[in-house]
Amino acid sequence: MMKFLEKHLGKAWLLLVYAFLYLPLLFMVLFSFNSTRQDARFTGFSLRWYEALTRDSKIVEGFFLSLKVAAVTGVLSATLGTFAAFVLVRYKRFFGRTLFSGMVNAPLVMPEVVIGLSLLLLMVGAQNLLGWPERGMLTIILGHTLVGMAYAMVVVQSRLLEMDRAIEEAAMDLGARPHQVFFLVTLPNIFQAILAAFLLSFTLSFDDVVISEFLSGPGVNTLPQVIFGYARRGINPTIYAAATLLIATVTIVIVSYSVWVARQTRRRAREIAAATRS
Amino acid sequence: MHRFFRLLGREFVIGLPFTWLAVFFFLPFLILAYISFVEMGNDIHPFKPLWDSASGVLNLKYENYSSIFRAEGRALFDTIYLEAYGRSLKYAFATGLLCLAFGYPFAYFLARADAHVRPALLMMVMLPFWTSFLLRVYAWKGILADQGLLNQLLLALGLIAEPVQMLYTNVSMLVGMTYVYLPFMVLPLYANLVKLDYGLLEAAYDLGATPWKAFWLVTVPLSRAGIIAGFMLVFIPALGEFVIPSLLGGPENLMIGRVVWDEMFTANNWPRASALAVVMIAAIVVPLALYYRRHGQQADGRH
Repeated sequence: MMKFLEKHLGKAWLLLVYAFLYLPLLFMVLFSFNSTRQDARFTGFSLRWYEALTRDSKIVEGFFLSLKVAAVTGVLSATLGTFAAFVLVRYKRFFGRTLFSGMVNAPLVMPEVVIGLSLLLLMVGAQNLLGWPERGMLTIILGHTLVGMAYAMVVVQSRLLEMDRAIEEAAMDLGARPHQVFFLVTLPNIFQAILAAFLLSFTLSFDDVVISEFLSGPGVNTLPQVIFGYARRGINPTIYAAATLLIATVTIVIVSYSVWVARQTRRRAREIAAATRS
Repeated sequence: MHRFFRLLGREFVIGLPFTWLAVFFFLPFLILAYISFVEMGNDIHPFKPLWDSASGVLNLKYENYSSIFRAEGRALFDTIYLEAYGRSLKYAFATGLLCLAFGYPFAYFLARADAHVRPALLMMVMLPFWTSFLLRVYAWKGILADQGLLNQLLLALGLIAEPVQMLYTNVSMLVGMTYVYLPFMVLPLYANLVKLDYGLLEAAYDLGATPWKAFWLVTVPLSRAGIIAGFMLVFIPALGEFVIPSLLGGPENLMIGRVVWDEMFTANNWPRASALAVVMIAAIVVPLALYYRRHGQQADGRH
């Protein structure tokens, strides 16, 4: 009885929640192909909103700006996050460790409004004192990296914690030089996590509105800022078209990343099996 | 100790992220705290210096804080700021409960699904999370509008006679927030429930517990860490939410994040915006610190 109930209730519940999670995505994909501005009735298939999208210079400019910002943020965040993860995992004692771990974790719980506001005050102060930096792409990148780094740190840290230190020691015993140990043993072991950290901070940056709103200057608008501006004014199917393109891209990237990870894991398992057999 | 990084210099490895955070996290926070204690200025200099070197007067202002708690001509604690803080707490708490109500059974059934379909099911939870949060919130605007999909559907089914207002109300706020934060609840719960030893449940059955009783007396207490982690992961970001009330809420659904923004850019009152932000930090950091003190490092399971 319980088994039966659990099986069917379980399936129904999973289905219900997945429907909830995917309804807005399906909604946008469907209505991006609508022939009119109508939001509730599909009046016919057309590509006019995609055409409108390519002609909208604000959206196109915002897209390329966001792409640049997210790429730089991703690289900076993954690098700094990896450093921070190494510090937290490998250096148990140094002056200011508590402060360090507090600072690196804090952006995870701080409201974005507070991060945006305090960074804006710093930038204004710096500009008054040094005449630099002008609010714009650079300041947005700095803000995004602060948050991205924290997430990157968490991802790399969990990988470093579960990594078997014995393989590094084995490499050293076999005469590997320190830099060889790092590049041939440690880095390949955490590379997957660093890539995940890059993807995560890239995505967070590409998606951020609040920090960008605080830190961007006049005429410098990231794609989410442009969309946010449109969205507050009302329904605009051009945004659905942008969303559809984004959903397609994300699906392709995530699925190929997962396939790559699964393949790597299987290959490693095979290699370990082969090594233990011989 | 890691040899390569020793070669690179322990000082460099620690110093690089440390300096970065000191400059871009700690220093801004100090500036924020400083400005929260000074007097508001004019358009060119939005705030006055704390120490007026010309007159030699220390210009320490507590009014930025006291005005949060008391407005002129009104009772103590009856201010628009505390109202917005209270509303933010209410929405964040309700979102946490709703996410738990939908997310717990979901995570439970997910954890009990066939082992070979679980990775795919889990990926399907994560996929919307990777697509733009802003766009997904925006979609709800189209779904919940008076002339939107849901109203049209209900009208067509004859369940309602005329459109029901859902957008710009508590309904749209809670739908939007639950929608966005549900994965944050599901993931820690799933991680916890998938490790649950089902032998314990069978033991409970053998000892005569009904499935319902076994669930409440065995499964739920064992997943307590996951429940707490999930709730915090939802509650904390929901508290400072800015985008969802801007898109799906009306003037009555104002949350504190928006109020800080308005003080800063509409009223141009930098000191008060800073004071509001400091109170916001305190509202988050104090409960977190208490929680960590009580539960120690076991709370790290949320990572």
